Amino acid sequence: MTTTIYVPCDTTALSLGADRVAQELLLAAAAQNLDVNLMRNGSRGLFWLEPLIEVQTPYGRVAYGPVEPDQVEELVVAGLFEGHPDHPLYLGDIAQHPYLQQQQRLTFARIGITDPICIEDYIAHGGFAGLKKAAALAPQGIVDEVKASGLRGRGGAAFPAGIKWQTVLDEPQNQQKYVVCNADEGDSGTFADRLVMECDPYMLIEGMAIAGLAVGATLGFIYVRSEYLLSKKMLDEAIRTAEAHGYLGDNVCGNGRSFRLEARLGAGAYICGEETSLLESLEGKRGLVRSKPPLPAIKGLFGQPTVVNNVLSLAAVPYILAHGGKAYADYGMGRSLGTLPIQLAGNIKQGGLIELAFGVTLRKILEDFGAGTFTGRPMKAVQVGGPLMAYMPENQWDTPMDYEAFAKLGAGIGHGGVVVFDDTVDMGEQARFAMEFCAVESCGKCTPCRIGSVRGVEVIDRIRAGDNRDNNLVLLEELCETMVDGSLCAMGGMTPFPVQSVMKHFPEDLMASPRPVEA
Amino acid sequence: MHMSERAGHKAVPVAGDWSPDMIHQEVAALQHEPGALLPILHALQDRIGYVPEGAVPIIAEMLQQTRADIHGVISFYHHFRTRPAGSNVLEVCRAEACQARGGRALERHVQEKLGVGYHETTADNEFTLAPVYCLGNCACGPSIRVNNDVIGRVTPQKFDQLADKLTTSVLQLK
Repeated sequence: MTTTIYVPCDTTALSLGADRVAQELLLAAAAQNLDVNLMRNGSRGLFWLEPLIEVQTPYGRVAYGPVEPDQVEELVVAGLFEGHPDHPLYLGDIAQHPYLQQQQRLTFARIGITDPICIEDYIAHGGFAGLKKAAALAPQGIVDEVKASGLRGRGGAAFPAGIKWQTVLDEPQNQQKYVVCNADEGDSGTFADRLVMECDPYMLIEGMAIAGLAVGATLGFIYVRSEYLLSKKMLDEAIRTAEAHGYLGDNVCGNGRSFRLEARLGAGAYICGEETSLLESLEGKRGLVRSKPPLPAIKGLFGQPTVVNNVLSLAAVPYILAHGGKAYADYGMGRSLGTLPIQLAGNIKQGGLIELAFGVTLRKILEDFGAGTFTGRPMKAVQVGGPLMAYMPENQWDTPMDYEAFAKLGAGIGHGGVVVFDDTVDMGEQARFAMEFCAVESCGKCTPCRIGSVRGVEVIDRIRAGDNRDNNLVLLEELCETMVDGSLCAMGGMTPFPVQSVMKHFPEDLMASPRPVEA
Repeated sequence: MHMSERAGHKAVPVAGDWSPDMIHQEVAALQHEPGALLPILHALQDRIGYVPEGAVPIIAEMLQQTRADIHGVISFYHHFRTRPAGSNVLEVCRAEACQARGGRALERHVQEKLGVGYHETTADNEFTLAPVYCLGNCACGPSIRVNNDVIGRVTPQKFDQLADKLTTSVLQLK
């Protein structure tokens, strides 16, 4: 009898020794003359448990984690291959784990369950059902489903995806149109795009093919940041396989229309996550931000009408087409419909991917899912939505995760990253870092961002040194206003948000001298 | 294959490790792709270990662009190097999620241990140190990347073991 074992192959599992765990398992099986089928699945996104070993048993996929490579031997002695519960790392049937049971996984329904590049596995778990439906619809019918879903751009700007697609569809048909996927996931605290690409790449391919059929585009590009080499590798292989199976190419799903796809690597520039900068980069240029208008939907890649969507937006589309826009819109609240893949990160005990309908409170995420800080100390601040978003103090944690509710506080959901800090954090340093990061990553096209960020670091240093503090605080406030109002894009326009949140909620840290960092 | 097994098996880039013909070949293979410049620069850096300054006029001529255009693109992106790196490129994540888990202390430790700052190479040419702003491993920081491998939950002790292992395995080959 063959025993099937799963060891994840995503970046996080690998970063914690998953390859060595897999090798040790094979050695142990060979020593016992046991016939083992070792599968490399994606991660389920329960990152504090990685590397997570799963064993197929008659009573479900029984898991053990987190497993250090040198713990494999003792686990095998304790009966891992039979799924025995007699070990502290035993977790039982992983599908029943409360962290997963409490989620509403629509987009991430397959991650960790399937072999990411096995197309048969993808199809067996509902894959390509959305594309098949789309292939039988007229372009307007596809766009109408996306509109009905209420899907808003998951990259951070939350622009309604259906309206963007309609704009591109409405451009004259006798010209080249493109679908571009923004996979330049640069926000610290986010990894949902990476999980899609590494753990379920066909879902993104399917979403892009649907977008291509919807707007009449025949070519698509996925712009993957150069830090995500594994994602690029997975996509390249999945694209080749999807083409060989007729889901991409000259005759998508047999409907006679053509859509081809290529993954391209960025080269280490945060600004290329801004859509116009990304387009410049894809064209082989410096990633300088373009002025808008014209919108990319009208004049985008190489001056042609282009849909630019984030990975998560496109990854939500197969579900929407397969189950109908209304089924997706039944999740969520107000104008924030569907589910939000929340990425819980930083100083947190149980970090990972949490997909839930919009409307859950931040506190529920931090306490019920996160179970407190990794260090065991009290939480002090939470940065939601990436490095350009506000630091939220505890009195704001009961806010529901909803675009409008967060905007009211001067905060934002962005791409869904939640980074937790304990009470040892020096918030003055966090404010300074926001400006420093902008100085490093500014594209340099507009002055408020290019120069303002450098001046911002200097002014914060003076405030912290007690140099003419009151006047420098006024200056910092004015500088922030200038950057917000005068910058060309969100980089300079939102860098002040974390700074202003520190001035408002953590002024005592900003006024104090920097705390020394001990190596 | 993980870094620990891969160490020592990669080609160490050496200055003079390229020829105009090689550049021609790489550019010719990609120049007809739309927006070919970034793929070309990646191909060159993957093959040679860096983008030699001598490649700039060749690329410019073949793509019918100015040398300033090509130089401008190379210098815009953090990823591209114009000089050879050390045997190992070591990137330390400086971003918020890693900061929240001791990333600032790790940064300092790494710099002290190696005796170099960012964008510098150790005297023995073993390590080139660079900052990186997020590796997407944000629930398991602090994270570093050694060559193409991300490593999570890096403590100063874990880093020291890793650095020793990398340098030792290279020596064993000599």
